[in-house]
Amino acid sequence: MIERTVRIGSTHGLHARPAKLFTQAAAASGAAVTISKSGGKPVNGASILAVISQGIDHGDEVTLVVEGGDEQAVLDELVGLLLTDHDE
Amino acid sequence: MKITGTGIGQGVAVGSVVRMAERLPEPVDRPSHLDPKLEGERAKASMSVVAAELMSRGAKAGGAAQDVLEAQAMIAEDPSLVDEVANRLENGKTAERAVFEAFASYRDLLAGMGGYMAERAADLDDISQRVIAHLLKLPAPGVPDPGHPFVLVARDLAPADTATLDLDQVLGLVTVDGGPTSHTAILAREKSIVAIVGAADASGLADGDTVIVDAANDLVVSDPSADEVAAAKARIAERAALEAAPVTPGALADGTPVPLLANLGSADGAAEALRLGAEGVGLFRTEFLFLDADTAPSITDQQAQYTRMLSAFAGKKVVVRVLDAGADKPLSFLNDAAEENPALGLRGIRALRHSEVILREQLTALAAADAATDAELWVMAPMIATVDETRYFTALAKELGIRVAGVMVETPSAALVADHVLAACDFASIGTNDLTQYTMAADRLLGTVAKLQDPWHPAVLRLIADVGRAGAELGKPVGICGEAAADPLLAVVLVGLGATSLSMSPSALADVRASLARYSPDDAKALAGAALAAEGAAEARAAAQAVASEITTAREAAS
Repeated sequence: MIERTVRIGSTHGLHARPAKLFTQAAAASGAAVTISKSGGKPVNGASILAVISQGIDHGDEVTLVVEGGDEQAVLDELVGLLLTDHDE
Repeated sequence: MKITGTGIGQGVAVGSVVRMAERLPEPVDRPSHLDPKLEGERAKASMSVVAAELMSRGAKAGGAAQDVLEAQAMIAEDPSLVDEVANRLENGKTAERAVFEAFASYRDLLAGMGGYMAERAADLDDISQRVIAHLLKLPAPGVPDPGHPFVLVARDLAPADTATLDLDQVLGLVTVDGGPTSHTAILAREKSIVAIVGAADASGLADGDTVIVDAANDLVVSDPSADEVAAAKARIAERAALEAAPVTPGALADGTPVPLLANLGSADGAAEALRLGAEGVGLFRTEFLFLDADTAPSITDQQAQYTRMLSAFAGKKVVVRVLDAGADKPLSFLNDAAEENPALGLRGIRALRHSEVILREQLTALAAADAATDAELWVMAPMIATVDETRYFTALAKELGIRVAGVMVETPSAALVADHVLAACDFASIGTNDLTQYTMAADRLLGTVAKLQDPWHPAVLRLIADVGRAGAELGKPVGICGEAAADPLLAVVLVGLGATSLSMSPSALADVRASLARYSPDDAKALAGAALAAEGAAEARAAAQAVASEITTAREAAS
């Protein structure tokens, strides 16, 4: 199990398209992924409803936890998605 | 068979009916007679079928719509949602009920977050309905997609349905419910969709029936004869030619100009209005800046929006209406006291006078935007009932740098003393929707009294005539900025009553322009005289129609 804390890069936060891209990648990874807003409860990273209902905005700190499979590669890919500004 | 309703616009359409499935009732909360595992399989199967449908619709749509539909597909079989459904099935609920409750719990969660999230809450309702419909083996609610152009028949359309309406496929729109001010009617007017609303008997139409939707005559003709279809097609071709004709300034047959202006609610519609030949803006509503706000927007923010609008109409007239709010459109910083009769309450100029700082800031922002642009800015106040209010508004507007200040005539009192009102300001603009509501004492939003909301009523026309006469005597412009100006025949009557400009939804400009060009100033006066002398709205319309036919027939015979 590995984890990392990053800041959200998308201008409009983790809603709509960025949330879709993230959960799609989390679901496709095969690993168990959770995401939590600082101080919040971890939720299933493959669930778009769980992710958008966290109300994660631009600049928020979130912690990713990946368990199973090629953990490092999955974590790197997901972190990359969170840092990118998809709303440009 | 002929079905009557209220036509929106002047269009005609011929096509086959596709009915919109109605919203499903809430599934009953009763114990399931299947075991939770079987119910779970049913739920999962329907969720994945709906997800696959949404994915394939997304692939077909492409672009931004594809992202939205793919996100909806993911929601349809979201793992958290599956857990929520499974929990409820364990408690012995049916798959339908469990799906309904699981979606509703997330819908409430998102709605509570406000803003963008709250808007997505409606998406969840839509997906929920699709899954439940599949479980019940019923057609999915929402706008159908038969794969060919069709006439959509619905009870009424929800805002979410209208957003997904494919205008290349929908030839016409018929609703069983709804009146001329319903959401569907407003959309149809904006998008120039041929529509009949409030056609109660249209509930008898079936999928595949051929119908003629004749908005100009308020009729849906089912099972039409070959001759009727041919005549309708000829009219469709004639209208297409009219739309393709070069756009000219509004004028009567002898060349007397009648400027045709646009009603706009934000700067977004400016390009489309200009394309359709708007010679300026006759009513720019400013409420969009204030709604959904907890505090009034700053002078700088307002100035930026007004500058955007005025820049789009450089060299043209733009009539801006200051904030028109009251208990019917409550704004917490203006007036949020509940009132028994909001239409008769603290609204329009009354509310602004009560919170003068808001009016001062708006006028200041407008004057600054005017100074920075080349449009000709006129500013008017809504809900004027007295000469005193007129003097108050024009004095304040002039003090803050507005060059042309006028009033809206929406109350019978303002119309009845129009000579005094016009003497105290630069121009008047008649808001026919409210003037009709107040003259007929009939709430314009109430379906049960919708029949009284007819600007053809001679009582309303006489008030307009009073204002027109006062304007002519004092040499001051009198515009019309209500839906009445969008009715091509009534537009001629209004000019006959003394209106010097007409402002309407941009989609109505072409029809009104063509209609005005058929009549001379004397013809317009004759039409107006006939309508004024009638005893009721229907009789006034018939009388004006009779005079109009006489004039056009005589002219054809002469040529």
